Amino acid sequence: MELLRLLLRNTLRHKLRSLLTVVGVGVAVMAFALLQTVVTAWYAGVEASAANRLITRHAVSFVFPLPLAYRDRIAQVPGVNKVTYAIWFSGVYVDKNQFFARLAVDSDTFFDVYPEFVIPPEQFEAFKRERNACIIGIDIANRYNLKIGDIMPVEGDVYPGQWEFVVRGIYQPRDQTTDPSSMMFHYRYVDERVRQEAPHRAGQIGWYIVRIDDPDSSARISQDIDNLFANSRAETKTETERAFQQGFLSSASAVITAMNIMSFVIIGIILLVVGNTMVMSARERSHEFAVLKALGFSGRQLFLLLTGESMILSIAGSALGLLVTLPAVEGFQTALPKGWFPVFYIKPETIVIGAIAGFAVGFIASLIPLRRVLTTRIVEGLRYVG
Amino acid sequence: METLIQVEELYKSYRRDSLEIPVLQNINLEIAQGEFIAFMGPSGSGKTTLLNLIAGIDKPTSGRIVIGGVDVAELNETELAVWRSRNVGFIFQFYNLIPVLTAVENVELPLILTPLPKKERRAHAETALSVVGLAERMDHYPRQLSGGQEQRVAIARAIATDPAILVADEPTGDLDKTSAEEVLGLMDRLNRELNKTILMVTHDPRAAERARVVRHLEKGELA
Repeated sequence: MELLRLLLRNTLRHKLRSLLTVVGVGVAVMAFALLQTVVTAWYAGVEASAANRLITRHAVSFVFPLPLAYRDRIAQVPGVNKVTYAIWFSGVYVDKNQFFARLAVDSDTFFDVYPEFVIPPEQFEAFKRERNACIIGIDIANRYNLKIGDIMPVEGDVYPGQWEFVVRGIYQPRDQTTDPSSMMFHYRYVDERVRQEAPHRAGQIGWYIVRIDDPDSSARISQDIDNLFANSRAETKTETERAFQQGFLSSASAVITAMNIMSFVIIGIILLVVGNTMVMSARERSHEFAVLKALGFSGRQLFLLLTGESMILSIAGSALGLLVTLPAVEGFQTALPKGWFPVFYIKPETIVIGAIAGFAVGFIASLIPLRRVLTTRIVEGLRYVG
Repeated sequence: METLIQVEELYKSYRRDSLEIPVLQNINLEIAQGEFIAFMGPSGSGKTTLLNLIAGIDKPTSGRIVIGGVDVAELNETELAVWRSRNVGFIFQFYNLIPVLTAVENVELPLILTPLPKKERRAHAETALSVVGLAERMDHYPRQLSGGQEQRVAIARAIATDPAILVADEPTGDLDKTSAEEVLGLMDRLNRELNKTILMVTHDPRAAERARVVRHLEKGELA
């Protein structure tokens, strides 16, 4: 009869209670992982930021345009490697709930600065040749069953009118942090039409993306760029791409922080669930522990029995929780309106924290009952009536 | 016969708030190896406390308890645990078997603490169960056994490591007359055939009759 057998038998002594504890831990770990995944999704833009990219926008607000003429002047700032630009086209595809980013970009330079959008070379060449061509993310292609050559009609709002784009490229995201659901098309195509229909808006772009040689020089280069346009009609604000993305999150930062805190509060709840089970279990068995001590079982052996039982329950629960997290995350994403979280994946760190929580909670939850078992005198334990 | 247990000037008291309540006082006792001694007396006379002190599961307030040349009152908790596992077998009133283990697994429990390999441990446990006449019930769980059978399994557990001393606290207190006779007969056999030194606390005069020596306690003192 091995100690391990006694440990396993004790764990399964109250099957329903053990099962409920495991399920309780599992649900809590799943909730933790889900919340962490939502927080990760919120920060996806920040995560995807490149250290060597700066964003130059209008100093007053992102919604004000900048002159296209700034491009050449920015390109001449020492340390600047490449300059590209984009505008937020917006518009409605299919219906208003079908949200994804639609950007008019400088097709000659945009994809050089964003190598994370991986496009087959022949598709990219076809895109460049056709003025109303567009490139879409694989997620958009799958969601709307689109293939090369299909037409995407978009009803413009920021740029009014009916627009038609031909799908000439489908990009794959380079990694999990890259948004797989964007649509990019030629700025030239948009600008040509704007010149005819609203000439006062022609030659304007939304923001510049500046690739720099040395990320350590970002502060100096940002300052140099902004100095170029100081006291002009359209002053600029240049910052790192990460800072730019974080700026978008500032309005939701309280909610994100609350979710982050909640996810770790859940770890505390797991601790209470397992701790409660172990305290009850040890209390009920005070008599048995006293008998084991009388027979000569050492503190180390009692530690193995009690902490082992606690860790089995906790680890089984966290394994169950992590196992169901995958379908839960998929289900959550499906339930959300399309495009809310273009990047939605479980970070490896979340899995690691969940697994570590399983070990740590199992260990910590056993400490109080263990202390009680070890410090209770044998004669008191033998007198205990549960 | 050679003296196995020597108790000198033993005093034990408990503290309840600021009150010190004496339980045992002025106990001097010698028990020879192979003795079968019964302690009798009214409730609260200190019988069980004396048994617990000699068995090393409680500590005296003062005095000496020398067993086989070792003053158990001087041992720390870890040393006491090792000493108990090698020298004392316990028989409790309510058997105290582990309900999730079978009879043979319960008997094997104290053998885990020995360096014996798994096969030998099992063989020892089976032999101990044969001695108490329960070889055919070795795979039964405690809930599948009668009270008398449970107590016999507890006796098998007590003798599995072949300790010199068996301590029995009201071993027949929870048994019917027939089962009690079986258990007492078994203890008698262990004493006579295996030369086990048995210390028994009992209220039952018929149980005490089986002992070769009967000592009475009154208000914490040996009469």
